[in-house]
Amino acid sequence: MDLQIREYQDSWEAEIKSKLEAKFAGKLTVTGTQTRKVLAKVDKSIIKELCLYVRDELSFEHCISVMGNDLGDAEQKMEVIYHIENYTLYKGVILEFTVDLSYDELHIETVSDVWGGANWHERETWELYGIVFDNHPRLERLLTPDNYEFFPFRKSYKLREAQ
Amino acid sequence: MTDEKITQIPDAQAIAEGAEVTKEMAAAYTGSTMDTDKMWIIMGPQHPFSHGLWTLKICADGEIVTDADPIVGYLHRGWEKEVENRTYTKIIPMADRLCYAASMTYTHLFCMTCEKALGIDVPEKTKYIRIVADEINRLQSHLMWLASVGTDFGNYTVFLWSTREREYWMDMNVRLCGARLTTNYPRIGGVRNDVFDIDCDLPNDEDHSRFLRDLVRCCDHFDKALWEIVGLVDNNSTFMSRMLGTGIITREQCANLGITGPAARGTGIDFDIRRDNPYDNYDQVDFDVPVINSGDSYARYMVRVEEMFQCTKIIRQCVQKIKALGRSAPYRLKVPSKIPAGRTFCTLEDPRGESMMYLHSDGTDHPYRLKVRSPIFVNVSASKPLLEGCRIADVPIIMAMIDMCLGETDR
Repeated sequence: MDLQIREYQDSWEAEIKSKLEAKFAGKLTVTGTQTRKVLAKVDKSIIKELCLYVRDELSFEHCISVMGNDLGDAEQKMEVIYHIENYTLYKGVILEFTVDLSYDELHIETVSDVWGGANWHERETWELYGIVFDNHPRLERLLTPDNYEFFPFRKSYKLREAQ
Repeated sequence: MTDEKITQIPDAQAIAEGAEVTKEMAAAYTGSTMDTDKMWIIMGPQHPFSHGLWTLKICADGEIVTDADPIVGYLHRGWEKEVENRTYTKIIPMADRLCYAASMTYTHLFCMTCEKALGIDVPEKTKYIRIVADEINRLQSHLMWLASVGTDFGNYTVFLWSTREREYWMDMNVRLCGARLTTNYPRIGGVRNDVFDIDCDLPNDEDHSRFLRDLVRCCDHFDKALWEIVGLVDNNSTFMSRMLGTGIITREQCANLGITGPAARGTGIDFDIRRDNPYDNYDQVDFDVPVINSGDSYARYMVRVEEMFQCTKIIRQCVQKIKALGRSAPYRLKVPSKIPAGRTFCTLEDPRGESMMYLHSDGTDHPYRLKVRSPIFVNVSASKPLLEGCRIADVPIIMAMIDMCLGETDR
């Protein structure tokens, strides 16, 4: 892989957008581009393939974060949001992938074997939201106690109102 | 340079590449034929090396570390959930408490994310004031790190000299915002007070403030003082032998494991958000990003020291720009208390690495979801590759180069 560092150009976002849409037509929709940011909505079936593609072909080496987001009872779904950054070919560009998961099926394939840095983010997302990352090497509680019985960041878990 | 040192541990290269540590290898190193079954050693949560409440379990084969398992979460208080019940204004002092050593950066990041969600652009002067505040925090954070590295090495002079120099920056912090650690200074749409309003009871001339004058004096003093501290470390064979060639990771490993900040730049990753994804007015300021390729503890130390020199360079330029904008330039905008529905995220170069906030707002005066990405949370998860193959005595030094801060790790 060519790891030549390039300086930022305005055309990069459109270039990445067209590459992603051509490769994953129908399963991926680019919802917007901003300076150094490409935002996309992704079907959960292709997440692993997509991550391998952006890492190996587009040289996105660094997974900034993997996070959960509970959209509440009205929508009956959660989201997993990935932020991925480039150090070389598209230096400074960040990809944001949003994956919808319905309450009935809170499962998604792990990407911790694509980026080692995603490992703890996925553990954290599981323990706080109950989203299961299939084939994760060690899906155990990290921040909360081992015998904790709740997924505290879900909207159904109510905190006391602020004083 | 590193290759010479690494040969002191037989087969260290092979172990670093994943080879199993055999009894023969351990025996060759220790000179003993005693039975060397592996043993788990638990360091922490209250341990001199840990600099906070966390536990590091290491698996030792004789004197060589073969596995490591960090345990965090002692300080987990559900920050991201707590803020969902609070208004945006009330989150500002809470963001201070994410990292006690460099609180300004997280508050800055939070305000910047809200401003982006609101679609407003803060005044020019505010951007420079925020850069000055950030760099003062970066300096005091790095000096606190240098001080703690000194005690980890058993060199008390480094600790004393570093904390002494840190006090000057603390004083500047106190004059700027009235607090030493939890500063509560940035606001959504600006900063709390102007740099020209400081020391009102003392004679300020029309165009300049005593604070800005003293800031430049601090920079002049610090550039000399830092050379003295660096001389204390670099001329000391104990420091050098324990830093050179320990805790080596490659550039590819580092990028894959998500290590960011000075630790990443010490492995040859040429990336700094201040330069490569600039926020505020960092693109108007001239500074260098130090990058070293060797990837050992010494590289991480050197990157941080060089960053401190660059901080004073940035502060000097910003002082000039603030003076040019003058007393009359605005420093704060009035902003609505409610943020329109939408999603936005910002990244910022924290003293320890890359921090990020993701804001999902629903049109009310409190966030629907606010995610914080802490650089140390990811850096500490890479303990195993950092420590594999090193000696137990080197563990504190290698982990010190990550600069632990548990407030942001556990959130």
